[in-house]
Amino acid sequence: MSAAEEVVTEAPAVEAVPKRAMTLGYGTSLAVLAALILIPLFVKNFIIFQMTMLLIYGLAVLALNILTGGSGQFSLGQSAFYAVGAYTSAILMEHAGMNYALTLPIAGLICFGFGFLFGQPALRLSGVYLALATFALATAMPQLLKLGYFEHWTGGVQGLVVTKPDAPFGLPMGQDMWLYYFTLAVSIAIYVASVNLLRSRSGRAFMAIRDNEIAASAMGVDVALYKTLAFGVSAGITGVAGGLGAIAVQFVAPDGYTITLAISLFLGMVVGGVGWLPGSIVGSAFIIFVPNIAESISKGLSGAVFGVLLFLVIFLVPHGARQVAIVAQQLIAKLKKN
Amino acid sequence: MELFANQVLAGIATGAIYACMALAVVMIYQAIDHLNFAQGEMAMFSTFISWQLMQWGVPYWGAFVLTVAFSFAAGIVIERLLFKPLAKAPVLTNVAGFIALYAIINSVAGLIWDFTIKQYPTPFGSSPFLGSQLISTHQAGMIGITLLMLVLLFFFFRFTRVGLAMRAAASLPESARLVGINTSWMIALGWGMAAAIGSIAGMMIAPVVFLEPNMMLGVLIYGFAAAVLGGLSSPFGAVVGGFLVGIFENLVGTYIPGVGNELKLPIALALIVTVLVVKPAGLFGRAIVKRV
Repeated sequence: MSAAEEVVTEAPAVEAVPKRAMTLGYGTSLAVLAALILIPLFVKNFIIFQMTMLLIYGLAVLALNILTGGSGQFSLGQSAFYAVGAYTSAILMEHAGMNYALTLPIAGLICFGFGFLFGQPALRLSGVYLALATFALATAMPQLLKLGYFEHWTGGVQGLVVTKPDAPFGLPMGQDMWLYYFTLAVSIAIYVASVNLLRSRSGRAFMAIRDNEIAASAMGVDVALYKTLAFGVSAGITGVAGGLGAIAVQFVAPDGYTITLAISLFLGMVVGGVGWLPGSIVGSAFIIFVPNIAESISKGLSGAVFGVLLFLVIFLVPHGARQVAIVAQQLIAKLKKN
Repeated sequence: MELFANQVLAGIATGAIYACMALAVVMIYQAIDHLNFAQGEMAMFSTFISWQLMQWGVPYWGAFVLTVAFSFAAGIVIERLLFKPLAKAPVLTNVAGFIALYAIINSVAGLIWDFTIKQYPTPFGSSPFLGSQLISTHQAGMIGITLLMLVLLFFFFRFTRVGLAMRAAASLPESARLVGINTSWMIALGWGMAAAIGSIAGMMIAPVVFLEPNMMLGVLIYGFAAAVLGGLSSPFGAVVGGFLVGIFENLVGTYIPGVGNELKLPIALALIVTVLVVKPAGLFGRAIVKRV
């Protein structure tokens, strides 16, 4: 139509978060870590299980955060990668009798490859078009897992039951508690690796692409390579989370990995703050606990209560938990001065 | 060959549903630049309102007009109350807002009208259209209404002051403000119109898929797919996309062995993604040229 319309200087869809603002300071990190290590010693098994799930979803949100907050690509297909990771672990454990800890890196690698390959056609798409493509992947995954050809391996609609591992070396620990500490160790390793990744040359390339793709390519960043790499890394971490999830829940079935999961992970990222890695755990807490809270307030209207709570959060803090952290930081700085 | 022709015809009939919805999707995308995930639920709620009015004895066309007016107003109110305060928030936060709205409307409709499936009347009757068993008079009427809306929208956006102002506000907000267009109200107007078109789509679709709070879920996904396939900047493309998706879906179900109802959606989506990889802005969309 008009000429003016065709020359759009578009604001980037994802805010430019400087990499220093993507992590927590040392003091705060240690305090959070101490809390995560000590709390399980004093609570019941069910709460330990919930905390395990908190870490697992936290990892999945972190993975999406690297993709969206880091490289500016949007995905509604994370549930598909989560499912592939979960099934890889479950099948290796139940059919091949492999040790649960060994299945995780394999799940991560397979998902990395899957994500990297999916990133190839996705290269040509961005924004809503990419959202639709990833959405297609998420809706297709449960149907693919139900297919008759794979039934021998996947257990079809019924899914697979996974045995929960015992604590090794005769440690005096329940299964739940051992699994929690195991998950915590994996999570910390992945978190530290992600922080370092975003600080590295590759991370800077991701962020350059996020902020301005054309400028990034003019600066010599291989846009195609880093975009697919971001997809691969994100899928790989999601796959490890999926594998851990399968072990924690002791069950995989196609209907556990529908588009609802992908949407939850997306909400978790927004609530935690897009591009702020520590926010992932806050977002994960939101998607695990708020639906339960909504249910307890009103059974019939739980969806509406959830919606209203979500609106409250995005009205008060449109930038998610990151905004809270920044405000708190400024307050502390002020107090120190006085 | 006859099987093929019949399947295409049946595809056009289901495609009309998607075309209707896709038109509403494109409408709001033109006005606010986002895909509204709550669009289907808004349409569902409007359809329930019209059903309720008819239960109270209002004749069909009276209920139709009242519902469209109500939806238009409700669309504006939702924008003013919930999304205007988020105008400066990041895009992804807005998307989370749509998801919240979706959850609220779905759950409230479930509480008021419960989840049982209800019959919904059609003004066109449901006898076979021109002697064909595959397409009923209702579906023919639905196609007619979709095309009529398309023509009206075309004239609205091309020849009226408000239509031109809306397009200006959506494509270059700052320049539009400089020439005296109230861009904030243009967005509200866009919401109102999208809600009104959605309500018409809902009332046309309800006799086919039956009325219940989750009736729009599948339709909305296909509607999105149709809109994206046709190109989000083109109402005409959306309608063509709708028919194409309908035909795709039917042919896939007929000719590819072992495809049950459940695999239809993923295969249709995969085809659409393939089309997008070749033509990233959709079939009829204009590619946006970016300046660094």
